[in-house]
Amino acid sequence: MPTANYGEKVMTLVFWLAAFLITAILAVIIGYIVVKGFSVLSLDFIFTPPSRAGKEGGISTTIVSTLYLVLGSLLIAVPVGVASAVYLEEYARKNSRFAYIVNLTAETLAGIPSIVFGLFGFVFFVIFLGWGWSILSGAMTMAIMILPTITRTSQEAILAVPREYRENSLALGASKWQTIRKIVLPSALPGIATGIILSIGRAVGETAALLLTAGSSLGMPMSITDPARTMAVHLYILAMEGISLERAFGTAFVIIVLILIINYAAHYGMRRLSALGR
Amino acid sequence: MNSIKIRSHNLNVFYGPFQALYDINMDIESNKVTALIGPSGCGKSTFLRSINRLNELIDGVRIEGQIYIDEKPIYARDVDVVALRKKVGMVFQKPSAFPMSIYENVAYGPRIHGIKDRRVLDEIVEKSLKAANLWNEVKDRLKAPATGLSGGQQQRLVIARVLAVNPEVILMDEPASALDPISTAKLEELIAELRCNYTIVIVTHNMQQAARVSDYTGFFLNGRLIEYNRTEELFVNPRDKRTEDYITGRFG
Ligand SMILES: Nc1ncnc2c1ncn2[C@@H]1O[C@H](COP(=O)(O)OP(=O)(O)OP(=O)(O)O)[C@@H](O)[C@H]1O
Ligand SMILES: [Mg+2]
Repeated sequence: MPTANYGEKVMTLVFWLAAFLITAILAVIIGYIVVKGFSVLSLDFIFTPPSRAGKEGGISTTIVSTLYLVLGSLLIAVPVGVASAVYLEEYARKNSRFAYIVNLTAETLAGIPSIVFGLFGFVFFVIFLGWGWSILSGAMTMAIMILPTITRTSQEAILAVPREYRENSLALGASKWQTIRKIVLPSALPGIATGIILSIGRAVGETAALLLTAGSSLGMPMSITDPARTMAVHLYILAMEGISLERAFGTAFVIIVLILIINYAAHYGMRRLSALGR
Repeated sequence: MNSIKIRSHNLNVFYGPFQALYDINMDIESNKVTALIGPSGCGKSTFLRSINRLNELIDGVRIEGQIYIDEKPIYARDVDVVALRKKVGMVFQKPSAFPMSIYENVAYGPRIHGIKDRRVLDEIVEKSLKAANLWNEVKDRLKAPATGLSGGQQQRLVIARVLAVNPEVILMDEPASALDPISTAKLEELIAELRCNYTIVIVTHNMQQAARVSDYTGFFLNGRLIEYNRTEELFVNPRDKRTEDYITGRFG
């Protein structure tokens, strides 16, 4: 059947092209960023603070601000998200009204655009609570933003833990909490980590919501009440206000490298942690 | 001298509106193997899971009647479920090693129950693995992931894990149904050895297996215990027509 064979070949080519496109896009973007930002890239760029609004100097303060904001939002969102996932999957009754409402809320929150969270954070944390533009306001806003992702992925990870593990553990005389702590959460860890990595990516890339809540100060933040400018915000301002396109691309490059480092570190850590498991 | 280890008295179990067990009265002897047979869905697992109170984890389960172990009611208000489950171990159908090392699997129970001393744990792990006929196969890789073991090895690991908490009763729910013939033979051998020190209740779909391993056999049908007797008696000389139909294979 030559026609069927021909069709097969054409489709294979189409699928191959689609897959190739993804790789090509990534290569072009990274290549473009490297070429454009190359002139400013150096260790100095990473380790010196910006001067003259970013026209000169490096981006050290924005790297530190980014790390603070990401860490801060994770510190709030991970415990709350994982705890609520444990509650929803392990403690709530299947047709509980409260669980239904929480699930629905998480789903709705996940669909809200980040700028809306930014607006809320601005009005509530910055103005109403009087925290001003600060790491605290920014981290709280981002925590709310990533909370649904962390809750959802943790729920899925917990749900994927085989029922047999729980039954075996309980049948050995373990309490529910011992079973969750020693069996369920360790088994769910890789899935939970995936949610955390996704959230980190979102937080590192966020701009608008952070402009509204953490401000755009280029100074080195000394406490959580200080305002801060993350790399993404810095990039945005550099490009938008025509301060320096080279430096914008240089910043973009550092953002990508940082994300790669975080991803690999997380994967590696995860493999170490669950080395015995799989 | 026979002594009764487990006594089920007018046990009725409901899943919501559905009644899964009707008035089960059954005395199970100490240090014997008792097999439960019957067609799928007749309530064997439900009965087994009533003995270590695992059923109550399911939403909407209702249990009436009483089960006595060593003449003490297990469905009484002041019963410590943890202590009960320590005394009544369970092996499930699907071999299920925890995703941790072989050593940690066996040490899991003792650790849960507060044993921290490394030397004591080492001793328990070795003793339990030996008792489960697994020691020789794993002694050189105690730190290796248990999930790398074969199904038959995992099932013996699960038994070692149960033995490690020093139970008196072991419930087994179709423990060989996921195993190949050789692993099954090893498991049956193990059950024969364990019967000296433990009271074993085993659910099986395999008539020959029930005949081979058990001293007593109970036949369940539609949530009722139809016939319960010494294994040879029940297989050679069934009193109830339905038992006969089932063991001769003339049954759905
Ligand atoms: N969690 C549950 N919710 C509702 N009904 C259940 C539940 N578990 C079991 N049942 C019902 O109770 C009855 C007895 O089930 P059980 O699992 O005890 O049977 P079984 O004899 O072990 O069957 P099998 O040989 O297939 O394992 C069945 O009709 C089953 O559908
Ligand atoms: Mg069953």
